[in-house]
Amino acid sequence: MSTQGMILAGCDGDRTWRLQDYLARGGYSALKKIVAERIPQDTIIAELKASVLRGRGGAGFPTGLKWSFMPRSFPGDKYLACNSDEGEPGTFKDRDILRYNPHSVIEGMAIAAYAMGAARGYNYIHGEIFEIYQRFEEALEEARAAKLIGQNILGSDFSFELFAHHGYGAYICGEETALLESIEGKKGQPRFKPPFPASYGLYGKPTTINNTETFASVPFIMNMGGESFLNLGKPNNGGMKLFSVSGHVNRPGNYEIPLGTPFAELLEMAGGVRGGRKLKAVIPGGSSAPVLPADIMMGCTMDYDSISKAGSMLGSGAVIVMDETTCMVKALERLSYFYFEESCGQCTPCREGTGWLYRVVHRIEHGLGRQDDLDLLNSVTGNIMGRTICALGDAASMPVQSFVKHFGDEFMYHIENKKCLVSPEAQYAGSNIYVSPSC
Amino acid sequence: MLEIEIDGKQVSVQDGSTVMDAANQAGVYIPHFCYHKKLSIAANCRMCLVQVEKAPKPLPACATPVTAGMKVWTHSEAAVKAQKGVMEFLLINHPLDCPICDQGGECQLQDLAVGYGGAASRYQEEKRVVFNKNLGPLVSTDMTRCINCTRCVRFTAEIAGEMELGQAFRGEHAEIMPFIEKTVDSELSGNIIDLCPVGALTSKPFRFSARTWEMSRRRSVSPHDSLGANLIVQTKHDVVKRVLPLENEEVNECWLSDKDRFSYEGLESEERLTTPMIKQDGEWKAVDWQSALEFTANGLLDVSREHGPAAIGALGSPHATVEELYLLQKLVRGLGSGNVDFRLRQADFRADANPTGAPWLGMKIAEVGELNRLLVVGSFLRKDNPLLAQRVRQAAKRGLHVSVVGPTADEWLLPVRHRALVAPSALVGTLGQIVVALAAAKGVAIDERLAGALPTEVSAEARAIAGSLDSGRKVAVWLGNLAAQDQRAAELRLLANEIARLTDGTVGVIGEAANSVGGYLAGALPSADGLNARRMIEEPRKAYVLLGAEPDLDFADPAATVAALGGARLVVALSAFTSASLREVADVLLPVAPFAETSGTFVNTEGRAQSFVAVARPLGETRPAWKVLRVLGNLLQLSGFDYSDSEAVRADALPAEPAAYLSNRVEGVALSAAQDLPVGVLERVADVPIHFADPLARRADALRRTRDAAAPQARISPATLAALGLAGGERVRLVQGSAGAELTVVADERLAEGCVRVAAAHPDSATLGALSGAISVERI
Repeated sequence: MSTQGMILAGCDGDRTWRLQDYLARGGYSALKKIVAERIPQDTIIAELKASVLRGRGGAGFPTGLKWSFMPRSFPGDKYLACNSDEGEPGTFKDRDILRYNPHSVIEGMAIAAYAMGAARGYNYIHGEIFEIYQRFEEALEEARAAKLIGQNILGSDFSFELFAHHGYGAYICGEETALLESIEGKKGQPRFKPPFPASYGLYGKPTTINNTETFASVPFIMNMGGESFLNLGKPNNGGMKLFSVSGHVNRPGNYEIPLGTPFAELLEMAGGVRGGRKLKAVIPGGSSAPVLPADIMMGCTMDYDSISKAGSMLGSGAVIVMDETTCMVKALERLSYFYFEESCGQCTPCREGTGWLYRVVHRIEHGLGRQDDLDLLNSVTGNIMGRTICALGDAASMPVQSFVKHFGDEFMYHIENKKCLVSPEAQYAGSNIYVSPSC
Repeated sequence: MLEIEIDGKQVSVQDGSTVMDAANQAGVYIPHFCYHKKLSIAANCRMCLVQVEKAPKPLPACATPVTAGMKVWTHSEAAVKAQKGVMEFLLINHPLDCPICDQGGECQLQDLAVGYGGAASRYQEEKRVVFNKNLGPLVSTDMTRCINCTRCVRFTAEIAGEMELGQAFRGEHAEIMPFIEKTVDSELSGNIIDLCPVGALTSKPFRFSARTWEMSRRRSVSPHDSLGANLIVQTKHDVVKRVLPLENEEVNECWLSDKDRFSYEGLESEERLTTPMIKQDGEWKAVDWQSALEFTANGLLDVSREHGPAAIGALGSPHATVEELYLLQKLVRGLGSGNVDFRLRQADFRADANPTGAPWLGMKIAEVGELNRLLVVGSFLRKDNPLLAQRVRQAAKRGLHVSVVGPTADEWLLPVRHRALVAPSALVGTLGQIVVALAAAKGVAIDERLAGALPTEVSAEARAIAGSLDSGRKVAVWLGNLAAQDQRAAELRLLANEIARLTDGTVGVIGEAANSVGGYLAGALPSADGLNARRMIEEPRKAYVLLGAEPDLDFADPAATVAALGGARLVVALSAFTSASLREVADVLLPVAPFAETSGTFVNTEGRAQSFVAVARPLGETRPAWKVLRVLGNLLQLSGFDYSDSEAVRADALPAEPAAYLSNRVEGVALSAAQDLPVGVLERVADVPIHFADPLARRADALRRTRDAAAPQARISPATLAALGLAGGERVRLVQGSAGAELTVVADERLAEGCVRVAAAHPDSATLGALSGAISVERI
């Protein structure tokens, strides 16, 4: 049964996160083997490439390829950074990995450091989760005491210092270069690329940044072999993936399943749509991914290629389920407000455009929409997308474009009738205020 | 080199260039706001988006590196669509208040909006309002207009050396602001006005006084520090309204110091002298030029007849032009006197005995960036020469190691690797130690003229400095204003030469004023039998001709100067301004034109002669000083005063090749043994505050309200203060012989022990004596 998962397999809530528990589950065996047998760096990277592990933070970039970009012969400092700045609405998987299995991340980072010759690493933890940051610090202490990180790991000549860095809660710091700026003590604003972090990263040194889940997957891949990991999922969509299912389902939560699992199965695992209502729409990959209507979504499998073909993104695997009581205008208004609020303000299209988008959607929701507002929204998003320093501009635009595309009628209804297509009673019935007995 | 194609043009550019560089090279204009050639790349405005072959998205030209065979279209449909999209975003929250904006008519946003903006806005929502910030007396803000390009932020951090502005808050709420309750206090702050592409940062003194198209733009040269910044002076109805930088990469680049930029306000000072005046029976009377000049000529002739021509002395300001100083010395020599000088704050004239040439920087200003080791001796570099300091700051980023010897450790906003914080009386000894350490490290003999008087003990700091210089590839030793005004300046220069010889480097004298080099070239120096500036005061003359100098503010010993001039029978002052001290000591006040109203030449510290013409008509009855001196010469029936224009004067005054007359060598000066002051005697350290250094700057209203213009205090190191039994905040009386002043005492950790730092050139300290030497402190 796939809900057993991989990273979270055998993890029992808050009770089994400590080093001894991880060791009992076979933890650190990959690192020990690598260090003891002095496995060549290239072998590790080749294994990772064979696994077709794709970055779990949202972009889905092949991890093995990313690691191979690191200039290993670079003589100075090289850094590793783990992106645990999970701030996208709907996404809550990394914090559970850090909460239930922090040592998998530590081991993954140590292996990465070995493979790329980095001597220092930082785990940047989102500013709004406190107990998880504390726990990770404790896990680091355990690992240090056991010589699993630090100087001369397990008595070898391999050293890797790993530190936790607690952010301040800005969404933008999840953008990898803003994250680096933030670690450096500067205002969290993305850098323009090129140069990319692999050549000019933290403190101007070569740096590799991966998502928490990506690092956590590494020890398992090393243990089972890249090929076996790939075979867990579909070709080009290797392995297991955590999906954070939220919204109008009976059992919201994280589900670690093989990539390629049909969405219908995932929905089933999450207890189906709440109150037996009809599924209306799903945002399959976190709030920045385009929304998909129910009929399209029900035909998808949960992997990068299938969702991409359907016109959205697997992203970080945050599945936001919306049932028929959802007002799509109101939902978009809330999403647009998030990006308006979280734009860093550095570059023009995003700084100015996100506020514009929010205000127009806000107007429509409040009965002040105009006939040409949908054209305006499409035009403004077109002027933001692809014109900004980082992807936040795209992230703010894609929901708007997809909501308007798939639910244009509902928007027009708002504009023409100055009220919602979904009756207020229905919205109230489906709202969180009224919790169905089955939850 | 890489071959690329921009808008169909083939361009060959250096590796590492950006598309913007390549476009500039090809003469293609790409619209932009945040990009500036002197600042780091920000790529935040997105206005320079261009279409690049094979790129799926438009790319910012400023941040996109050129690759071989790249094809770029800057004005294709896709590029223009992206640029127009960005322009729309820039305008939605911009107030569009051009009719009431000071930037109107010279606004990059306004200009580009013509090409890329829509006729009407699609934005029908509420606009952003941002509260204004107080950045001090020079820069005015209208922050609602700000487009967050961060040029100003990058300027303060990268060029001025201290991040005094930043972007606070996030997204649409982002604002440019100074630190809480702080203003922008850099001496280069005015440049952010030029850099601001919109009307968010404008000039406070200039605000609302003219439109750019109403003003004439004329070239000029800054009359202040020895850099000789090139200016564009803008005038309306013959009144100077504003000063902007004239770009000259070899001199001021595209920058100006605030003094260069805002001193024009002094031209409108109420203290401007607008008519000739004669003192009769203690009363000042306005007279016509004829009467004033005849009075002057007769007075000088009377003194010459009764006391001999040597009773006449002439003291010109180092801020006067070459032409003025040349005619001044010609006039005095014509009368038979050899007493003429322009080095008014200098104390040691021993080097005059064997003149070698005009002391200068010893190198081109533009070459400062190539230095990799620099020793600065006795200088207030950042305030005395802000743009030279800026060059050093940029060079330090590229690996220049700066060492400093001097009594003050003022913040220069650049890394100082080694510092010997020593009292002025120990400067010679410290340089001697560096010579000893260098010679030992090199294993070479020391110049025999020095050998006997050099110290035997070498301090750790001196050894470290020597080590730094010894490891240099391109070394310079610079003597600052404090070193040039020191009582043993010639010996300091002698030792600097020896350090330079041992390190294969160059010696530089930074120079205090716009014409510190030009005065030498113009020959405004005493004849062999004449008296220098110091001796003319120490051995009072019967008659003085002052040119552009104020007795209590511009001299090495203000108290003695006022006394000497006060006792003279005739004091003729050619001055643009009147002042209490001038009215007290002078008998004739002749209103002469400041730099903006006359033609002339300044020779800057690198020996560059820069001529300029008048940008405005002289105020009132004011006349250019060279004309006044010409007429005086004629009235005195001296030969060689038949000049028809200032260029003819210049032709006589300046050698064809000034470079041949520049030298920092010292001949015939011996190093004397250590001359420590008796134990317990305090010595004075006197800086000339940046905005009080010359008569024009000290009358500029806005400059006088900057932090740099704070009233002088008696600054003493904490240890010395404790030894004196004094505490910071106490009022004390400072005494130098018969001269004295009352000031407040302040503990200053950045000052050598045994010193009292009291700024000169300020009314509060004008009653004091010499700029260096013994001073005592008495509790009141």
